[in-house]
Amino acid sequence: MTLLVVEGLTKRFGGVAAAKDVSFTLDAGEMLAIIGPNGAGKSTTFNMVGGQLKPDSGTIALDGRSIAGLPARAIWKAGVGRTFQVAQTFVSMTVAENVQMALLSHHGRSRSLFRDARALHRDEALGLLAGVGMRQDAERSVSELAYGDVKRVELAVALASRPKLLLMDEPTAGMAPRERSGLMALTAEVARTNRIGVLYTEHDMEAVFAHADRVLVLVRGEIIAAGTPEEIRANPRVKQVYLGEAGTEAAMRARRKAVA
Amino acid sequence: MDPSFLVLQALSGFASASSQFIIASGLTIVFGVTRIVNFAHGSFYMLGAYLAVTIVPRLLDVSYSPAAFFLGVLLSALLVGLIGVAVEVLLLRRIYRVPELFQLLATFGVVLIVEDLVLKVWGPVDIAGPRAPSLRHGVEILGQRFPAYELVLIAVGPLVLGLLWLLMHRTRFGVLIRAATQDREMVGALGVNQARLFTLTLFLGASLAGLGGALQIPRLPANAHMDLSVITDAFVVTVIGGMGSVPGAFVAALLIGQLQAFGILIFPKVTLVLVFALMAVVLVVKPWGLFGRPEAASGRVMPPEGIPGLRRFRPAETVLAGLAVLALLAVPLLGDAYKVKVATEILVFALAAFSLQFLVGVGGLVSFGHAAYFGLGAYAAGLLVTGPFKAPMELALVAAPLAAGIGAALFGFFIVRLSGIYLAMLTLAFGQIVYAICFQWVEVTGGDNGVVGVWPSSWASGRTTYFYLVAALSLTAIVALRRVIYAPFGYTLRAARDSATRAEAIGLDVRTHRWLAFTLAGAAAGLAGGLYAFMKGSIDPTLTGIPLSIDFLVMVLVGGIQTVMGPLVGAAFFHALKDAVMPLTEFWRLLLGLAIIATVLAFPRGLAGAAESLRGRKAGLEPVEASA
Repeated sequence: MTLLVVEGLTKRFGGVAAAKDVSFTLDAGEMLAIIGPNGAGKSTTFNMVGGQLKPDSGTIALDGRSIAGLPARAIWKAGVGRTFQVAQTFVSMTVAENVQMALLSHHGRSRSLFRDARALHRDEALGLLAGVGMRQDAERSVSELAYGDVKRVELAVALASRPKLLLMDEPTAGMAPRERSGLMALTAEVARTNRIGVLYTEHDMEAVFAHADRVLVLVRGEIIAAGTPEEIRANPRVKQVYLGEAGTEAAMRARRKAVA
Repeated sequence: MDPSFLVLQALSGFASASSQFIIASGLTIVFGVTRIVNFAHGSFYMLGAYLAVTIVPRLLDVSYSPAAFFLGVLLSALLVGLIGVAVEVLLLRRIYRVPELFQLLATFGVVLIVEDLVLKVWGPVDIAGPRAPSLRHGVEILGQRFPAYELVLIAVGPLVLGLLWLLMHRTRFGVLIRAATQDREMVGALGVNQARLFTLTLFLGASLAGLGGALQIPRLPANAHMDLSVITDAFVVTVIGGMGSVPGAFVAALLIGQLQAFGILIFPKVTLVLVFALMAVVLVVKPWGLFGRPEAASGRVMPPEGIPGLRRFRPAETVLAGLAVLALLAVPLLGDAYKVKVATEILVFALAAFSLQFLVGVGGLVSFGHAAYFGLGAYAAGLLVTGPFKAPMELALVAAPLAAGIGAALFGFFIVRLSGIYLAMLTLAFGQIVYAICFQWVEVTGGDNGVVGVWPSSWASGRTTYFYLVAALSLTAIVALRRVIYAPFGYTLRAARDSATRAEAIGLDVRTHRWLAFTLAGAAAGLAGGLYAFMKGSIDPTLTGIPLSIDFLVMVLVGGIQTVMGPLVGAAFFHALKDAVMPLTEFWRLLLGLAIIATVLAFPRGLAGAAESLRGRKAGLEPVEASA
């Protein structure tokens, strides 16, 4: 079932076209990775889908509903959760409170004036934290967590609204290698069990080739290739402009690991 | 209308634009390089005027010539520049890394100190300056006489602009100023001697303020109120032009000069309001001013100022809070009438300070004009019971928070569109609008004198009864606000403060929540204002002014911006201290200024914050993060 349909998405910054006529689709439960060199327009594409940027032209439909150009909070209401390249959390709150904030918003209670916030949706928050392996850290301040754990909390926050689509902008950036594969495996599992579509950008080729169902290759704002990891690996043009020899080797390693 | 009249009106607009530009250019340059909004800039201006009225007549005694006059003016400007250097070396240098709220307060401490020193040195009487030789008379323009000195002023503005342009583009110092304005960290990373750059910048900025003041002496006697009036104007010019932009300041000064020159013909009563309305419009359309640029992202995530985390009262604290309330409630039983009055005031200010902490500590919205809402409440209550309505106190006390809430909703609509230093400046500007209305609309507000005869209903007119009425309302409001801080709404405000991006990404409408918070805090301050009016029996414009706004901020700061209940302690401590010390000394402002600066330097977390750290240290733990 097709969840997300993006057609002809274009964004210019001054004279530079950061995204040119970008089109793709994403199915429920599918993991779609966008890769490309620095400045290829990954984050731009991403932020247009997430509502942080307004597209100049093009359409974005989620479950048949147009979400292009809506503010971030409306896109969230339509069923899109996201994580950021540099994790965005509420640093003055505990791990549990971060997730509770998302649940308060999800249940439309952010304007409640006299209820005790810490007691609201606590069990649900702890359940979500258990899902990302952060249940034991629920009472710690999010500001004292290791970065990998912050990313897990962010994932729990993004999942709190039971999104249909999850956007993850470089989910493993800044993490140790072991944490990376753990987070991606977790994401893949959550996505497949709950039929959540996942769109992610990534620099780490292992994270891409071990977990993506399909891969888009973006260069200078344009999609130059799309297909399964095998097809992308075999595509000579991709090899040439993006992966290089080192990248191809990493892809092979990841493949062996995934098979083993 | 006579065209020659219009030309003359425009010329006088240009003359005032010149003066405003000279002053504002210094402020904007200093801000560009140091990122400090320097309240003391107004003091530099005032010192320029006082030095000039002292130096220029002596020089004119030696040689009665325009050269001697302008030499004296320049000399005064340079002396003020040296004072600026002293302020940089002694104070600013130590607070470049302190949160901006504290920077503003510390420079306001300088304002207070200079005010008292000026009074001591030059006395309370205004001092008229000499007029410039050969420029004493009028020049005939289109059949009308126009003061020759004003023509000189018109020329001085563009001259200063030209000289600054040369300085900025033809000297190494100027290039560094421009570079630092664009990216201070990069300039530091490139190995520029920042300390010297900053000191020289302060010298330049203060000299310009001093020049502005010294040039005023033939038009305006030197007086001890020049500092605050000019600093508001200079803020407005810089903010409209874009903070850090010299050409922006020039354009903004021209706009304002003409707006005032012609606005006075159309709306003689509301020229001040016109200027601030212009500012509000510009900021809504171009949030960084006409020529300003968004703050360059510094690349590091700053921990938010304000309350870092919430926890419940510990048992000992519950007991302590209960005892404090009981002690306060027992004041009428133990103390005399005077003590009851002081206790009533403390309760009122505690509510006002707490409502400000709700904005600053929880919402991260630094308001420099919170007295506006306190004053709106006071005026609504006072005018209702004294005006044609002769309403009873009970109705007036309902109207006070309502009126202040409506005012806060109106101003807040614009304010929450901005952030950081621009937000603070806009709150200050709106505060000045309220002040201007109270001051200028004499028929309704009684102008400078205000309105007397604001007495409570007869059942509450006894001092003790009124004390208990204030205690009941004030404590209820404080408890309710505290509850809101711990409720989803308070959490949402804190979430938006911590990361607006994340808040929007989980569906929270940051702007609307902030607007509601601003309205709520305004209403609470309005209730405090209404209660205050009936206690004092009168209302006057000082209830809406900057000094009272600063008092509220000092209460929050002294009590600890990172604590929930600290501002209440701060209000009690500050007001009791003010009440005890003020009658004993003619240097209250000087002492207060020194105390503010010392507090900022020694405990940037405030008294209650320092106590928490101490407790944490005693227990052998890291400083406690959460606050109750």
